[in-house]
Amino acid sequence: MSVASPLLAVEGLTKSYGGIHAVRGVSFSLRAGEILALIGPNGAGKSTCFDMLNGQNKPDTGHVRLLGEDITARKPREVWRLGVGRTFQITATFATMTVRENVQVALVSHGKQLFNLFGSAPNFDRGEAGRLLELVGMGGYADRPCGELAYGDLKRLELAVALANEPKLLLMDEPTAGMAPRERVDLMRLTAQIAREKSIGVLFTEHDMDVVFEHADRIIVLNRGTLIAEGTPAEVRGNPQVQAVYLGEGLVYDARHRDGASA
Amino acid sequence: MQAKNYFVGAAFALLAGGMAHSAVAQDIKIGEINSYSLLPAFTEPYRKGWQLAVEEVNAAGGINGKKLVVISKDDGGKPADAQTAANELVSSEGVAMLTGTFLSNIGLAVSDFANQKKVFFLAAEPLTDAITWSKGNKYTFRLRPSNYMQAAMLVEAASKLPAKRWATIAPNYEYGQSAVAVFKKLMSEKRPDIQWVDEQWPPQGKIDAGPVVQAVAAANPEAILNVTFGADLVKLVREGNTRGLFKGREVVSFLTGEPEYLDPLKDETPEGWIVTGYPWYSIKTPEHDAFLKAYQAKYNDYPRLGSIVGYQTIKSAAAILAKAGSSDPEKLIAAAEGLSVPSPFGEITFRKIDHQSTLGAYVGKTALKDGKGVMVDSSYKKGADYLPGDAEVEKLRPKD
Amino acid sequence: MAFYVVQFLTGLASAASLFLVASGLSIIFGVTRIVNFAHGAFYMIGAYIAFTLTERLSGAFGFWGSIVLAALAVALIGVLVEMVLLRRIYHAPELFQLLATFGLTLMVEDLVVLIWGPDDLVGRRAPGFKGAIDFFGQNIPSYDLFLIALGPVVLGILWLLFQRTRWGVLVRAATQDRDMVAALGVNQKWLFTSVFAVGVFLAALGGALQIPRDAVHHAMDLRIIVEVFVVVVIGGLGSIVGAFVAAVLVSELNAFGILIFPKISIILVFLVMAVVLIVRPWGLFGKPEAPARKTPGLTVNPWRPLTSNERLAALAALIIAATLPLFAGNYLLTVGSEIAIFVIFAVSLHFLMSVGGLASFGHAAYFGLGAYGVAFLAKMAGLPMIVCLLLGPLLGCMGAAVFGFFAVQLSGVYFAMLTLAFAQIVWSIAFQWVSVTGGDNGILGVWPEKWAASPSNFYWLALGVAALVTIALRAMVFSPFGYALRATRDSLLRTEAIGINAKRIQWTAFVIAGTTAGIGGALFAYLKGSVFPDNLGISLSVDALVMVLLGGVETVSGAVIGAIVYKALNIWLVSQTDLSKLVLGGFIMLIVVVFPKGIVGMLEMLAQRRRKSSPPGSPLLAKPIESAE
Repeated sequence: MSVASPLLAVEGLTKSYGGIHAVRGVSFSLRAGEILALIGPNGAGKSTCFDMLNGQNKPDTGHVRLLGEDITARKPREVWRLGVGRTFQITATFATMTVRENVQVALVSHGKQLFNLFGSAPNFDRGEAGRLLELVGMGGYADRPCGELAYGDLKRLELAVALANEPKLLLMDEPTAGMAPRERVDLMRLTAQIAREKSIGVLFTEHDMDVVFEHADRIIVLNRGTLIAEGTPAEVRGNPQVQAVYLGEGLVYDARHRDGASA
Repeated sequence: MQAKNYFVGAAFALLAGGMAHSAVAQDIKIGEINSYSLLPAFTEPYRKGWQLAVEEVNAAGGINGKKLVVISKDDGGKPADAQTAANELVSSEGVAMLTGTFLSNIGLAVSDFANQKKVFFLAAEPLTDAITWSKGNKYTFRLRPSNYMQAAMLVEAASKLPAKRWATIAPNYEYGQSAVAVFKKLMSEKRPDIQWVDEQWPPQGKIDAGPVVQAVAAANPEAILNVTFGADLVKLVREGNTRGLFKGREVVSFLTGEPEYLDPLKDETPEGWIVTGYPWYSIKTPEHDAFLKAYQAKYNDYPRLGSIVGYQTIKSAAAILAKAGSSDPEKLIAAAEGLSVPSPFGEITFRKIDHQSTLGAYVGKTALKDGKGVMVDSSYKKGADYLPGDAEVEKLRPKD
Repeated sequence: MAFYVVQFLTGLASAASLFLVASGLSIIFGVTRIVNFAHGAFYMIGAYIAFTLTERLSGAFGFWGSIVLAALAVALIGVLVEMVLLRRIYHAPELFQLLATFGLTLMVEDLVVLIWGPDDLVGRRAPGFKGAIDFFGQNIPSYDLFLIALGPVVLGILWLLFQRTRWGVLVRAATQDRDMVAALGVNQKWLFTSVFAVGVFLAALGGALQIPRDAVHHAMDLRIIVEVFVVVVIGGLGSIVGAFVAAVLVSELNAFGILIFPKISIILVFLVMAVVLIVRPWGLFGKPEAPARKTPGLTVNPWRPLTSNERLAALAALIIAATLPLFAGNYLLTVGSEIAIFVIFAVSLHFLMSVGGLASFGHAAYFGLGAYGVAFLAKMAGLPMIVCLLLGPLLGCMGAAVFGFFAVQLSGVYFAMLTLAFAQIVWSIAFQWVSVTGGDNGILGVWPEKWAASPSNFYWLALGVAALVTIALRAMVFSPFGYALRATRDSLLRTEAIGINAKRIQWTAFVIAGTTAGIGGALFAYLKGSVFPDNLGISLSVDALVMVLLGGVETVSGAVIGAIVYKALNIWLVSQTDLSKLVLGGFIMLIVVVFPKGIVGMLEMLAQRRRKSSPPGSPLLAKPIESAE
């Protein structure tokens, strides 16, 4: 493929469950360093769509390409090795391990030391683990048991873990759900900063429209499994179809409305 | 005699346990091991038997003036635990010899231990032929008539039956397999015209009796060999009775005449089975009368075969110790080889050639009397008459 | 033709009793997630009480009344057990309840002998169902017909109970999602108690109904419990219909299997279970288990390597242990060797179970394979001891590699049951293949060579190997591999998302644990001088579980203490009393209630409490929000 290949190219993704189309012919693309938001009301197919990007779920038809390479049928762990990190809507971390150990596991995997039986894991890439934690503002929590963390901190830890393999693409499913308003702004600001510095493409889904409109370079809107709008925040904001979908749901996105955490 | 303690609190004495010192130096100690917790139905009468024997031996002045003490251990039905117990008896208690065991595998485990540690072992109940033959060793003697001997006794009666089509039912483990193998071999030697039409191998203790009975019936044998015992036998008999399996068929059955196995069957006892066993109610010999009277006086209960085995084990052990006049294993072996001792079944001898005793068994037929199973038409078969010739035994047994 | 019909009906009759007991177990597991090992004990008590009652109450009414009364009485005992024992430990680590019910089972086995005596008891036949019915020349016992009818009737009643009553709806809801029911404001305590009572009632009824066809004796429980577990798993945990279908399937396969392979019944149920679990990992009618509903991490302190002081203390303990031959006699030394070997066995299971989160119910298979490996090499190939010790465990390694490959595809109870099935298959082979393994009579004469023959030398050997193995496995816990393994235990989703092939990690751990167990087995063969099928039997697997749980499943080195305490106590009790099971069972139950985190877990908690007397008042301890709303 030519150098001009986008970082992520999604072509005609379709998935149905028992005759009901969860996702229908969705196509979009993402450039390196770009922050793209995927929004839509509940049941629009965001999560299904998201899970198909890193192999968590298999599409019926359609393709996902990473830098031109078809990764549609790959397993999540293979997609990760190609440089795609992800965070989950409900955080998935290693609850009995410390914050640093959580990051170290990812570093072990990245360093292909998984079957190293007699090395010292506590000292494994300790410096790098520390840097990653500092980067997400968790430096002071390194020795805390992960199970004790507040939810917002778990989200930040997930970000650190997702960054451990120096990814080209970050997939973040509702990165700020369950966080206090202040924390959301901080986390997204941080993400945006990292993305731009390291030229990482970011795709995220989000309920909080403040977060979306403040941080996304571009927005795609999904409704009932179909892509109904795509464009800059300003374009999407002015799109009547989008407005209808959201107003129809009774949700108003407004800069003053800060209750986006509810589903 | 036995360090028994039924209380949880005793657990705290754990540390003290190792240091406990017992018994006075003048006593002669015998170590005894059996599956008391796993097989209480068989080992309780057995225990009563040997306790009676200890009492009698000491009342008669002990062994060369010294008091006989038996230290008894439970093996929980596990060979490995039996060895731990054997080791404790030999190393910590300093017993002169080991006795006991019921299950064949445990008998073999202790026998192997005895051979390794050079300790005299008198196996009481295990039936396997291996213990005196293929895996026999110079330190091990065995009291009870072996699998081979019981099979030979049964074959003697079975070969006279007109039946030509035979089926077998046996528990699926070494004992069942070798019982069937020996019976088949001896039977076919005497009766080359016999056909073996079906064999059933239910797992020991887990017989699914209905299907087994049906399957045997479907093969339509004229006679059946049964090797199951205990709870399996009960289920087999109940299903067989209900389904009419035994009607018009001869049945030959190992051990079923022993009170341990016959009594639970109560009014469901099948009639006319040819069995080995112990009809204590119909043995009229002075030796047995004396034993029976003493046993009933002490326990207010009738003896089972286990009582005889337990009693005779200690009586034999005492005789061996008395003759040897020492607890040196080599002297004990020398004393035991060829030694004849009285028993409730008459005099028995510990053969020099394979260390098997010539204790026999009763063969008879099962019958119902007053709603209980009994053995009738029974006669005592001397063990010596049912062992192969010396030349054959020498081939079977490894050189010491 | 008539024969096949009758054989089929006979199979159905066997299925009925199996189904009764299995459905009870399934219901209990579905709602409370308790692996009720005592289910067989309740079945047995049901039979004993029914025997006593039927002997006393006469007539048809007396007989059937006795059966129902017996089941009710045992259900009452079940309620008592649930309220006094189980309620205290619902929040203990998973499988701890198994330990408690195991203790109860041990006690019951001795208690019934104390109460009812040692003899096999044969009860009355059922009035009106004493004979047989002629079917084209084949006899069908009329009691079989009664049982055949009873199975579907009970199934129907249970179905109505679950579909048509509020209680049933709650039970189904709880089976699907326990937390949800708690959220609905249902009194969970009484729901659990009532479910336990119903389950126990069914078990006792199954036992009581055996009176007319079986003998009542003190080993009935073990005879049925494993088979019932298998049926429940084949059918799918929590599924009543599944239990019914599986009971019929197993019974019919047995009824017809013995016509072709008379020796099959010993191994059949386990073969069926292994095949079903490999093809349909959640049983025939089961649903995939929701991923871990509780994060154990909320109560666990992260593991850390020993500090240098702790290392010194461990070294000191080892040195003290090594001085034992200076003052102890041969017996104590041999007991010491045995304990050291069981430490190896326990830490190997601990590695799989605590570090990997995979609780194997058949770990003895690899211990026993190691022992048989040594026996084959020593007796058949005549190799020297040191070579046997090095190569023998490879048999355990190979067994673990083959079986582990399939087992790690599953998780939770299904993993446990598949490991159990494999272990039973290996056991059956050892038990039955007399020409190679010697069958039940085992392989004798595997004694150590001169250099290791003396009890003190063997003790040092066993102690040394145990120390090496413990250190090596501990090092692995804190190796990159160990981190990855713990990661797979905590979150499969996350491990996959960071490029870890969880199954391969778990498989490797399985092989490591199996090989290590094999090392223990190899030493054990030389300690005992012989190898028996016992060495890979269920009771040894259960021993290993008990040792790990007793020490503390959430600790790094609890298994060492658990093995020492359990084995020492066991040997001492067996030596001191015929009622060792009663005392040991009581001790286990006491430990479970008093130290729900195990012995070492308890000590750690105390130590930690002393370290920081005030809890961290950080706002970060705020409860995590599960999801949006």
